[in-house]
Amino acid sequence: MKKFTNIEGAIIIDKMILIIQENKQYLSDIDGLIGDGDHGINMNKGFTMCREELDKNPGDLAHSAKALAKILIMKIGGSMGPLYGKLYRGFAKELAGNEEIGLIEMGAALEGMLASIQSISTAKPGDKTLMDTLVPAVEAFKRAISEGQNFVGALEEMKSAAKSGRDSTKNMVAQLGRASRLGERARGVLDPGATSCCLLLETLADTAIELLRK
Amino acid sequence: MQKFVNDPSKVVDEMLEAYVKVHSDLVSPTENERVIKYKEAPIKGKVGIVTGGGSGHKPAFIGYVGRNMVDAVACGEIFSSPPAQMFYDAIKEADGGEGVALLYGNYAGDNMNVAMAIDEAEDNDIEVKKVVANDDVPSAPKGQEEKRRGVAGEILMWKVGGAKAAMGASLDDVITAAQKAIDNTRSMGIGLAPCSIPEVGHPNFTIEDGKMEVGIGHHGEPGIEVCDLEPSAKIAQRFCDVIIPDLPFKKGDEVVVLISGLGSTPIMEQYIVFNDVEKILTEKEIKIYISYVGNYFTSLEMAGVTCTLMKLDKELKECIEYECDSVGIRQFQRK
Repeated sequence: MKKFTNIEGAIIIDKMILIIQENKQYLSDIDGLIGDGDHGINMNKGFTMCREELDKNPGDLAHSAKALAKILIMKIGGSMGPLYGKLYRGFAKELAGNEEIGLIEMGAALEGMLASIQSISTAKPGDKTLMDTLVPAVEAFKRAISEGQNFVGALEEMKSAAKSGRDSTKNMVAQLGRASRLGERARGVLDPGATSCCLLLETLADTAIELLRK
Repeated sequence: MQKFVNDPSKVVDEMLEAYVKVHSDLVSPTENERVIKYKEAPIKGKVGIVTGGGSGHKPAFIGYVGRNMVDAVACGEIFSSPPAQMFYDAIKEADGGEGVALLYGNYAGDNMNVAMAIDEAEDNDIEVKKVVANDDVPSAPKGQEEKRRGVAGEILMWKVGGAKAAMGASLDDVITAAQKAIDNTRSMGIGLAPCSIPEVGHPNFTIEDGKMEVGIGHHGEPGIEVCDLEPSAKIAQRFCDVIIPDLPFKKGDEVVVLISGLGSTPIMEQYIVFNDVEKILTEKEIKIYISYVGNYFTSLEMAGVTCTLMKLDKELKECIEYECDSVGIRQFQRK
């Protein structure tokens, strides 16, 4: 069974920080179509603060995820700060103490992500939120485990479910958040939260696969 | 967009920088530049009053920091909830050893950030209890009051909570009074023109010329109906038709009336709306105890007004008429 170490895994958060920094403008642009237009600005602010923190105090994947969680929860505000903060806190909590991360540990960490964010949000798939990406992605990973797929296979399944989840928001009308005031006008536009969540989960899968192929 | 702005991303910081200079007799800056406190806070032996929320609602929230009012406030980005750290820092600034009452409005971001700030306060042995304002009637139907947003009625909640704390009440008694205040308060807004967040640069919704949006929220959340613009008397009737039966307010009740502009509606027009509301209340034999008209809780340059009614009892009356001093509201001893 293939695994990578928790210390090697720290690069996953490094890559997630990069992907948010690179997509700052894109995320704000799509948010501008149906929201405040600040999603990229806020995400970049939090992830960049985490970069500075990790440069000073590096550690393993659980440590990096916990540092990111703390910054998002305490410093970012709005709705996305606490939501993504909780997501990373749940992820970090499950990974903490594991020397190595394999299929089972990652499955638990992904479920921890979902359970943690669900403790403060009632959003469900279909509401046009980041849950449209996260819920099917986590389910796909669990399904892959039960079908006996290996770690790489499960990561690939998760990635493709995240993408179709994100794309599904394009034809939805928002049920929650600021975009709900737009009614039908929100149709035809990707949800910014579902989009950033997809970027992050894709980065998680791609980076983990690279680690496993080393 | 025509605005007096340098860097659109710095509007809140520049406003706060000026605010503490202009009102140095009343407020002080704190270590966290987004947290402003009453200059005497924390007051030993008094329950601290904290609020906070997104910026763009001036004089709310910061304008209600002062004597016998709010002790510390967390100022988020425009229309965006302050992070948990900011709420927590405001809690610390307000804590005089008797606990802190966190009185804020019902919005998803604020609820999440406040919950995490309270966790942090608990870890640091500060007792915090909260009241979540939900006075905006059109934002959810009767029976689902817990889903309603907080709007201008929050001011009356701060007034009551602030007075109760100043009288020396315990945290539980402050919370009970503030909860009673908001439970007896109902509001509704009507919008005539949208507003623009400086960093976005254009309105995030539209109201066509000659139309009005009935039940609009404080950030432009959708109302219950868009219809042709009506005379003030008819608009007042709409306010009363929604607000009065919801509580319900009844013949013989004594009430506070608060008409607040949403930003760009002239105060003259706000008085016209008040006049029409007053006539309806008088006809229904609902007695006005005290009235407020002006820009008390705005939404950048949105055009429109909110109408708020609060039913009084002896305790609420004592709190409302209790002396206070803040930029947003000032109460002298009533004879």
